[in-house]
Amino acid sequence: MQEPTNIASGANPPFWRDERVLNVISQIVVVALVVALLAFLYRNMIDSLAQLGLLPSLDFLRLTSGFDIGESLISYSRNDTYGRAFVVGLLNTMLVAGLGVVFTTILGVIVGVARLSRNYLVNKLASVYIEILRNVPLLVLLIFWWQGVFLKLPRVKDAIILPGPIFLSNRGVAIPWGIPTESWPAYLVALGVGLLLGIGVGVALYIQGKRTGRMPLTGFWGFLTFLAVAIIAWIVLPQPLTFDRPTLTGLNTTGGKGLTPEFMALLSGLIIYTSAFVAEIVRAGIQSVSKGQTEAATALGLSRFQTLRMVVFPQALRVIVPPLTSQYLNLTKNSSLAVAIGYPDLFSVAGNTIQNQTGRAVEVFGMIMAVYLTFSLLTSFFMNWYNRRIRLIER
Amino acid sequence: MATAATTVQKEVLPPPTERYTLVGWLKKNLFDGWLNSILTFVTAALIYVVFRPLLTWAFTSAEWEVIPRNLSLFMKGQYPADQLWRIWLCLYILGAVVGLSWGVWVRRFQPVSVVVFLIPVVLIVLPFSTETRIHLAIIEVAALAGLALGRFQPQVVRRALITLWLLYFPVVILIIRGVTGDGGFLPSVPTNLWGGLLLSLLLAVVGIVFSFPIGVLMALGRQSKLPAIRTLSVLYIELIRGVPLITILFMAQVMVPLFLPADIKVDRVLRAMVGITLFAAAYLAENVRGGLQSIPKGQYEAAYALGLNGFQTTVFIILPQALRAVIPVLVGQFIGLFKDTSLVSIVGLLDLLGIAQTVLSNPNFIGKQQEVYAFVAAVYWIFSYAMSYASRRLEVALGVGER
Repeated sequence: MQEPTNIASGANPPFWRDERVLNVISQIVVVALVVALLAFLYRNMIDSLAQLGLLPSLDFLRLTSGFDIGESLISYSRNDTYGRAFVVGLLNTMLVAGLGVVFTTILGVIVGVARLSRNYLVNKLASVYIEILRNVPLLVLLIFWWQGVFLKLPRVKDAIILPGPIFLSNRGVAIPWGIPTESWPAYLVALGVGLLLGIGVGVALYIQGKRTGRMPLTGFWGFLTFLAVAIIAWIVLPQPLTFDRPTLTGLNTTGGKGLTPEFMALLSGLIIYTSAFVAEIVRAGIQSVSKGQTEAATALGLSRFQTLRMVVFPQALRVIVPPLTSQYLNLTKNSSLAVAIGYPDLFSVAGNTIQNQTGRAVEVFGMIMAVYLTFSLLTSFFMNWYNRRIRLIER
Repeated sequence: MATAATTVQKEVLPPPTERYTLVGWLKKNLFDGWLNSILTFVTAALIYVVFRPLLTWAFTSAEWEVIPRNLSLFMKGQYPADQLWRIWLCLYILGAVVGLSWGVWVRRFQPVSVVVFLIPVVLIVLPFSTETRIHLAIIEVAALAGLALGRFQPQVVRRALITLWLLYFPVVILIIRGVTGDGGFLPSVPTNLWGGLLLSLLLAVVGIVFSFPIGVLMALGRQSKLPAIRTLSVLYIELIRGVPLITILFMAQVMVPLFLPADIKVDRVLRAMVGITLFAAAYLAENVRGGLQSIPKGQYEAAYALGLNGFQTTVFIILPQALRAVIPVLVGQFIGLFKDTSLVSIVGLLDLLGIAQTVLSNPNFIGKQQEVYAFVAAVYWIFSYAMSYASRRLEVALGVGER
């Protein structure tokens, strides 16, 4: 009987059929091609930039910008540098994204739950809302919202006055706003203490819950503690904020906080659009928890509320959170559409104005990409961390 | 015997259906407990507050004549009038292919079918020019012929159908773009004359068609065991996906000329197409990767056991299954891409939204923003909704996720 050839110890195949050799060669070829392509593009870029006299450098960031920005969170004027203008845009983007994420979540959860309602009217209204918004481009929605709604509001003289008072006019929206008094810093300290105290209470309750096996509402009691401290400090301290109400004076509103039509259109457009997607995610998440789970919880004698809190929510969240974070990231990236409606966000300030004035397209777009990539990296770090945590709980 | 059987059959009645009176239906669906009743009233009030002014505006104060007067601009921009038959030709073919697909994939007869195939008929009744009506009639005939063929010869058509759809898009681009110079059978139409809805659709089609090979390669690269190739694919995909489309479109407009040798000129529409394609490829790669990951390991092992090499395994075993699994997702991406093409108006192209802005800058139509943008939104909505409806049907017909 002939012994079967031992492949491991037998002769190697010729190198052109040896998979290990082929793998190495193919990688070298691909990398060489990519490097060659990049080198070609880089060569051309340097040539064209040299012709324009704009070799890559970030020195232009220290030059005086010479343009105004409509709204800014930090002090800024046309005498400041391009670098500061960039920061103004970045902060505006973060403001819109931050507010947008909070309100989108609230509205999205409401619509998503309404979509599951047994009430026919509520259910149908939510599904019409979702179907309309998901099939219209965000840019069209934003422009319609800006030019068709906010700029078409009556003039200041005939402004729509909502209780508050909130003034709606074609100059924007004026809302009441707090003005800090001398005791404001003290109040902030009190809020900080309240926050720590609330977290302390929550942790203490959590530990106690672990020990006794009866988990109280840790978040609820923690929040209540914080709220109590906030209210007590508000009463004890001599009025930390005075409320400044907008009033109609002549052809404009004074006082309060004025929000421009551009800001309002961008923020509300983003919120409304993204909330439709969030609603679908929430609905899918809740539906993903099988009915048997609810029935088993009921059979164990849990109340309806306990079932939701301890059985349905934790399992639904596992399905909801990953796509939800990517919607948050989408919202942040979509806020760059501000450039179409004249709100000075990062992209509009840097990619449009600075790039046009200085001609430094390569540097500016590099910086913009770096910012958005940072957002996206942070999001994926969070998501990986969350997924790992969830997996630990699961097993 | 026969009579006994029939009596037995008569006794086996279907379970009683829950039949509601109107009051019963209201009680179950709207006034089921006090909480629900309050909810019903609040929602009804909300609907009244929102929809009443909207409907009042749409039917009384809105001035819609801006739409019919610019309809041809909205639809095709400045595409030369003597070459319009090419667009109609694409629509005839589309009608036939849709009819075929409907006949093969939608087995049961549904009211929606009637609605879909009545669209051209309804359009014929509308006050268009005689020429437009003739074209619409031809589309209707093509669709019905396709439907009949698909319904009565499904086996013949079924295999070819996906190929037909894949072929349709390149053919359309060829017909619209033209092949020869001036004169000739299909004289080429320069891209700066493309506009309106035509440009929006073409950008989406070009984006999906050309991003397809890149995306599939990237997806395979990301799944590859070779570290260099995997790293490059991941870098590309994550770099593009981390950045807003508008950045890429701006870069395509501003930086493509920098990256190319001085003697190569690329026109603006083509630059936008390059940007959209590179952008779509990254997203498509992620979608295809989903399909690749859904293929069980046994498929690879079986292919290996049959003596197929890596290339053959990928092309003949893995990709066909993976792509079939992600067709609905790809349709969804196509819808998203179609909506995203509206961003090219920011870089100055005259797509549907760009044309709308041009129309509004015409002194005759100043202040008509609400009407024009509502119309634009409605057009986008109809197309996206129709496509997403079709993709849901397709999902059922292909039995994705049922195996």
